[in-house]
Amino acid sequence: MTVRNRVLILVSAVAVLAAIGVASVLHASARADRRDHTQAGGPRVTPGAVTLTGQGSLLFRNMAWGPHRDEVVSVPAGDPSGARTASGVKCLRFYAASGTGVCLQAVHGAVSDTYRALILDARLRTVHTYDVPGIPSRARVSPTGHFAAWTAFVGGDSYAGTNFSTRTAIVDTRSGRLIPSLEDFRIVKDGHPYRAPDANFWGVTFARDDRTFYATLATKGSTYLVQGDLRARTVTTLHADVECPSLSPDGTRIAYKKRVKGLPKDAPWHLYVLDLRTMRETPLAERRSVDDQAVWRDARTVVYALPGDYGADLYQAPADGSGAPRRITEAAVSPAYVG
Amino acid sequence: MYVADSRASAPASADGAVRPVAGRRRAAIAPTVFALGTVSLVTDVSSEMVTAVLPLYLVTGLGLSPLGFGLLDGVYNGFSALVRLVGGHLADRGGGRHKWVAGVGYGISAVCKPLLLVAHSLTPIGLVLAADRTGKGLRTAPRDALISLSSTAETRGRAFGVHRAMDTAGALLGPLVAFLILRATVDGYDAVFTVSFCVAVVGVLVLVLFVPGGRGDAVPVERPTLRGAVGLLRRRELRRITVCALLLGLATVSDSFVYLLLQRRLGVPDRWFALLPLGTAASFLLLAVVLGRLADRVGRWAVFVAGHGGLLVAYALLLTAWRGSALPYVVLALHGAFYAATDGVLMAAASDGVPEALRSSGLALVQTGQAMARFACSLLFGAAWTVWGDRAALAGAAVALAACALFSLTLRPKGTVPA
Repeated sequence: MTVRNRVLILVSAVAVLAAIGVASVLHASARADRRDHTQAGGPRVTPGAVTLTGQGSLLFRNMAWGPHRDEVVSVPAGDPSGARTASGVKCLRFYAASGTGVCLQAVHGAVSDTYRALILDARLRTVHTYDVPGIPSRARVSPTGHFAAWTAFVGGDSYAGTNFSTRTAIVDTRSGRLIPSLEDFRIVKDGHPYRAPDANFWGVTFARDDRTFYATLATKGSTYLVQGDLRARTVTTLHADVECPSLSPDGTRIAYKKRVKGLPKDAPWHLYVLDLRTMRETPLAERRSVDDQAVWRDARTVVYALPGDYGADLYQAPADGSGAPRRITEAAVSPAYVG
Repeated sequence: MYVADSRASAPASADGAVRPVAGRRRAAIAPTVFALGTVSLVTDVSSEMVTAVLPLYLVTGLGLSPLGFGLLDGVYNGFSALVRLVGGHLADRGGGRHKWVAGVGYGISAVCKPLLLVAHSLTPIGLVLAADRTGKGLRTAPRDALISLSSTAETRGRAFGVHRAMDTAGALLGPLVAFLILRATVDGYDAVFTVSFCVAVVGVLVLVLFVPGGRGDAVPVERPTLRGAVGLLRRRELRRITVCALLLGLATVSDSFVYLLLQRRLGVPDRWFALLPLGTAASFLLLAVVLGRLADRVGRWAVFVAGHGGLLVAYALLLTAWRGSALPYVVLALHGAFYAATDGVLMAAASDGVPEALRSSGLALVQTGQAMARFACSLLFGAAWTVWGDRAALAGAAVALAACALFSLTLRPKGTVPA
């Protein structure tokens, strides 16, 4: 074959492949445009004033297509599938309590995205801003509003391939002082001091005393529920196989996702509730795999997200293992009950 | 056909290379090397596009937790090292099927891209990535053998330098392309995978059309066997190089640890953390050709050991109390220089000790040995970090590196310095 023929073959192949590539980008871009238009039959979203001290509201990230997609919206807690009031604040993950909010958002740069955490006051105005080292995953505010925590997946090292680790930070929302990584805390595992470079933390949940928190510790392929002490800067393992704990309003129980043996590797988690006094585990009625940090609607009900047609939908289930799960609203993620 | 095909029975290892003109030491780079460099550049654009968006895709696109995925990843990487030996051996059999074995490797990886469109949970995605790694494992040794066979002994370091620079340029471009597509589409992961596939096909086409095939015309005297490949280790020169690569690999702290240490020592802001590997890559890209040429002039072994010296200086800087704002730049520049002085240069040095008929197997042997040593170092370093802390672990690695480098100097193989 002559060089000319080879070049001809390559040029025509590149033309065809370029056409396919451009078509796929245009197709995806058209789909993105559609997402900016309100979908038929979707929830009604109107802009308005959203505060963190309202009477009995449920706030979440609105995933419904339309101009307010990804904004934090508010609905009456008693009518979660009702009309949504959009705040104008866009977050990937969100949580709020006692007039303090935490919003993890992407900052679109010229050559790559970066992420940041905003601490918001009761009127959703930014009080503090922090860099987040990777893709945001979990966000929590303490019941008093005095502390906030977030977890990010840290990657970005092309030589390490698909290896991930997590970084969990806690901030004092009054002073703005940041603990950039829980990995600096002393670990007490099974009664002994423990050190490991592969220690990863995620999914913080706070107690009312502004000192105690719970989180997941992963090391050497196992996960543990740890009880943390913000003053002593320690974490102590309490129980094995607990991920993304969520403390009940009375501080006695923890809802969490448990990796259940025999389930498929890609959908391994069931929701459980652990009684901290008896250490008894109760499986909830939800039979699907839940990859979310649940929130307590009240002492009897937990709310969590499952994948849905527009990203995710919110469901609730009784915390005592009885009854059945029920979908409470569509196209929503990162719920927080305020007021 | 192509330059290399037209030769009758050319003397050793000059396929397609333009012979240096008498009186001038600077010889041109063989067109084959540029063709292979282009294949690598294009393929790296394709694969790094996927690598760059994969975490984001898993977490925000599919809503999966990528944790635990890292465990599978280690297994695949070990597997890839073995596949490399297989690829090296297959390429040598039948008298140089390098092009076709490499082509199958590139092809497998290309086919994996559209498969990502249909794999929506962790297990199938893991399998697709494993296949992708297999393709990478298969193609590496035959490709390096082709580079080595198409250059003269005098220009080999430079040829590898040119190839590695083009390869790294692709690795730097890939994430940028992926990001631009995501920017234009909002969650257009399917578009990223489709474009990545198209780019990968272009890479395979360039290989098929522009890289000369094996030496089908010349029947080799001895048919390479597995025993022959293993027997390569009886050759003193190759054995020395392999031992040195192993020893130095054992003291080479993995990149992620270097970035982590840099961040801990200096408090590099979180938002810059993901950019640290780019600093290494940029330095690698800029220095690969320069150091490759230097290796041809002053000796590959000297440059290879000096590269480790550069790494040693980087470790030392991380251990000192100096926290100037220039430190991350200096450390990343040294880290990239280390790659530029060792990655291609080692292949060039190893080529000198391996007969043509077993070139691919020999290079695979050295690469696999080095990869396994580095993996062992990661495990040891992690353990040392646990027991003694990061500073002491790094100090230990620095001492080990210095000792291995000194020992390597005494083992310095003969004949790697061109006359």
